[in-house]
Amino acid sequence: MFDYPTIRFIWWLLVGLLLIGFAIMDGHDMGVGTLLPFVGRTDGERRVLLNTIGPHWEGNQVWFITGGGALFASWPLVYATAFSGFYWAMLLVLWALFFRPVGFDYRSKLQDPRWRGFWDWGLFVGGAVPPLVFGIAFGNLFLGVPFQFDDTLRVTYSGSFWALLNPFGLLSGLVASAMLTFQGATYLIVRTEGAIQQRARRAAQWSGLATVLLFVAAGFWVRTMAGYVIVAGASPSAPSNPLAKVVTEGQGAWLANYAQWPWLWAVPLLAIVAALAGVALSRSGRGVAAFVASSLTQAGVIVTAGASLFPFVLPSSLHPNSSLTVWDATSSLGTLNIMFWGAIIFTPIIVLYTGWCYRVMRGKVTVEGVESSHSAY
Amino acid sequence: MTESLVDLSRLQFAVTALYHFLFVPLTLGMVWILVIMESVFVITGKEIYRDMTRFWGKLFGINFALGVTTGITMEFQFGTNWAYYSHYVGDIFGVPLALEGLMAFFLESTFIGLFFFGWERLSRTKHLMVTILMAVGSNLSALWILVANGWMQEPIGAHFNYQTMRMELTSMWDIFFNPTAQAKFVHTVSAGYVTAAVFVLGVSSWYLLRGRDVAFARRSFRIAAAFGFASALSVVVLGDESGYTVGEAQQTKMAAIEAMWHTEPAPASFTLVASPDQAKRRNDYQIQIPYLMGVIGTRSLTKEIPGIHEIVAKNKHRIENGREAVIALEALRKDPQNAQLKAAFEAHEADLGFGLLLKKYVADVRQADAALIDKAAWDTIPNVAPMFWSFRVMAGLGFSLIVLFTLALYFSLRNTFQQKRWLLRWAMLWVPAPWIAIELGWVVAEYGRQPWTIYGVLPTHLSVSSLSVGSVVGSLTGFIVFYTGLLIAEVYLMIKYTRMGPSSLGTGRYAGETPLTQPA
Repeated sequence: MFDYPTIRFIWWLLVGLLLIGFAIMDGHDMGVGTLLPFVGRTDGERRVLLNTIGPHWEGNQVWFITGGGALFASWPLVYATAFSGFYWAMLLVLWALFFRPVGFDYRSKLQDPRWRGFWDWGLFVGGAVPPLVFGIAFGNLFLGVPFQFDDTLRVTYSGSFWALLNPFGLLSGLVASAMLTFQGATYLIVRTEGAIQQRARRAAQWSGLATVLLFVAAGFWVRTMAGYVIVAGASPSAPSNPLAKVVTEGQGAWLANYAQWPWLWAVPLLAIVAALAGVALSRSGRGVAAFVASSLTQAGVIVTAGASLFPFVLPSSLHPNSSLTVWDATSSLGTLNIMFWGAIIFTPIIVLYTGWCYRVMRGKVTVEGVESSHSAY
Repeated sequence: MTESLVDLSRLQFAVTALYHFLFVPLTLGMVWILVIMESVFVITGKEIYRDMTRFWGKLFGINFALGVTTGITMEFQFGTNWAYYSHYVGDIFGVPLALEGLMAFFLESTFIGLFFFGWERLSRTKHLMVTILMAVGSNLSALWILVANGWMQEPIGAHFNYQTMRMELTSMWDIFFNPTAQAKFVHTVSAGYVTAAVFVLGVSSWYLLRGRDVAFARRSFRIAAAFGFASALSVVVLGDESGYTVGEAQQTKMAAIEAMWHTEPAPASFTLVASPDQAKRRNDYQIQIPYLMGVIGTRSLTKEIPGIHEIVAKNKHRIENGREAVIALEALRKDPQNAQLKAAFEAHEADLGFGLLLKKYVADVRQADAALIDKAAWDTIPNVAPMFWSFRVMAGLGFSLIVLFTLALYFSLRNTFQQKRWLLRWAMLWVPAPWIAIELGWVVAEYGRQPWTIYGVLPTHLSVSSLSVGSVVGSLTGFIVFYTGLLIAEVYLMIKYTRMGPSSLGTGRYAGETPLTQPA
């Protein structure tokens, strides 16, 4: 069993890990959804795209669902504050996701082209909207979110959905869109051939370059931004009470961790180098390597953002002392320890059987293969 | 918290949860029927059993898609609409939800892909293994969800921490082996098995009545009859177990279910029919069977079952006591080092939740007078009439299903069920019955827990997020629009594929087979 500060830090890492798992796994499904109407031009081609992820998307979506559950169990205040504060953003994500299960399963069950066309756009919405909204929400963390706690730790939120759509939020939304599209495109290079693969390669190069440019732009923007600093309180081993600390604004505070631990610069560098390598590998058609590079990009971008905010998780602009941090928004010591073992034991098992499923379904998906199969979507 | 915000949030939760549970029970049972069919295929090597697995699997898949869609809503909704609840009990309640994802939902969802896509790529035994893992995953998933739900009914293994202003976990063991949770799990999954069995039985009966795909439908009918018979017995036997589970939440529910206003001398009578009058706090008329309730409820002839008036009187004391806890806690939050306040709080801590009931009416509980305390004590009793009738319709349908499955099994064993057209018609007609019973079961369980989200710990009106009424009206409208559209698509496809029957597999072996231009 770990002591409180250690397990709190471990859980920050684990939440990050789940988020990276989500971006790599559910991310490539969402990327394929985003590219569906563009890379797939005929019904047969679109079915090829759907069937590259058909056997796996359901399992991959659980990264997202488990991420939500883990957040609930490990950071209940963050779960409560973010989900209720970002009410309409969350509903938008949820409703966009509604198109996926039925889109995948129902689309090809009827022949009518209008029916299929409708679900193709539905799957596009289900793939494109969630990353965009998540990115926007994540960007807003850097600006601070207008919420505060009363003495009973009831949260009130005074922002609106429209306020999230500020320039930095939108830029972050585009970073997320670009990087998950990159993830989907590189996956398609691996699983398709011919004209579809050509289009996927082009999409991968464009989205990879866009990821780098938008990510670097966001980085420069963060440099000029006011961040938050804890000036008093917040013992890493105290019971979780976000009201027990004092927080002030600080110019450039979001880069303070990078100044203190310069080796951290390796993380954003990794994101950039991996993305550029992914672009080059996509150009030369080396799908598996490009997919790995894109996956490293996901990890690099997410860790860059997380490390920049650390120890903040959800800063409050309305009442900075109410900000939620790694040290004061967690569950109790006992719960964190139990959940640690749950995550440590089951995550590798999940990765193993997911890997086995991909192995069983490996190989190129083709129009002929899809049209002659009785199992295909 | 305004009343309309609380009511709308509850309505949204009820709508989305009841809707979600239209799809879950069929999934829970269908996976085992698929396992049985595929096992027979692997053992005997008869193609028809593979076709059965694939055809019923197709219908299962159409249903599963909506189960997943509506399930994500549930995971979101605690945070979006019940933020204070999420904070107050997340330390406990989040654990089974997270473990459900890690241990169960991943398993189910990963292997469901291979179930559909793996037929051409896996050996027979490996495919069967995939089907079994999918079944285990879906049922484990139900286990964790009902552990979470059971804890809302019977919150053991946790304590309140005034420093963090929330409940915290003390024993995972207690939470997992919570008798309420375990009884609920078995009762609920068995009900799911019955649902799937009636579905297969009813659809097969339809094919038999029309004389099509007889060999296919006969085999399906028999499997459903046997599986359904065992499950229906288990629902009622273990439903009784969840009735028997002692604990205050259950006692209050039982008093409401039985419209038992006063404690009767043991053993109490069972009220068959009554007209409960909440305002006058009595039944206008009733027909009773002597002794029966006492025996079911306590499994003894001497133990008493508390009546509503007695429960209210006890809760009144708890509210008075809880008021002291709230007063001490509010002072302690401002002065956490004060040992005297801490002692005062700890003396009344057990009734904190009851004190919080007063917050519905007054911000400062010191202002609560005797009349208000009386009112709050009566709040602890759910509306009797809906409880009374929901339970009776649920239980009545449950018994009717036992009769149906007993006859179906009997005539299956005698191999004469094909001639019993009345039985086939009944099976067809009875397809909606388990759904009605299950939805009413949830009404009894959740409506019956009111005014609490966590029984005795956290009142419902404190649990909601601080949202505007307009936001919740908007989201509720959105859910209704989306869910209606999805339901239309689902039912349309279900009916279409049921009509096509096994010919939808495109094997060329079944009734009315026209070669499909494009397999779907």
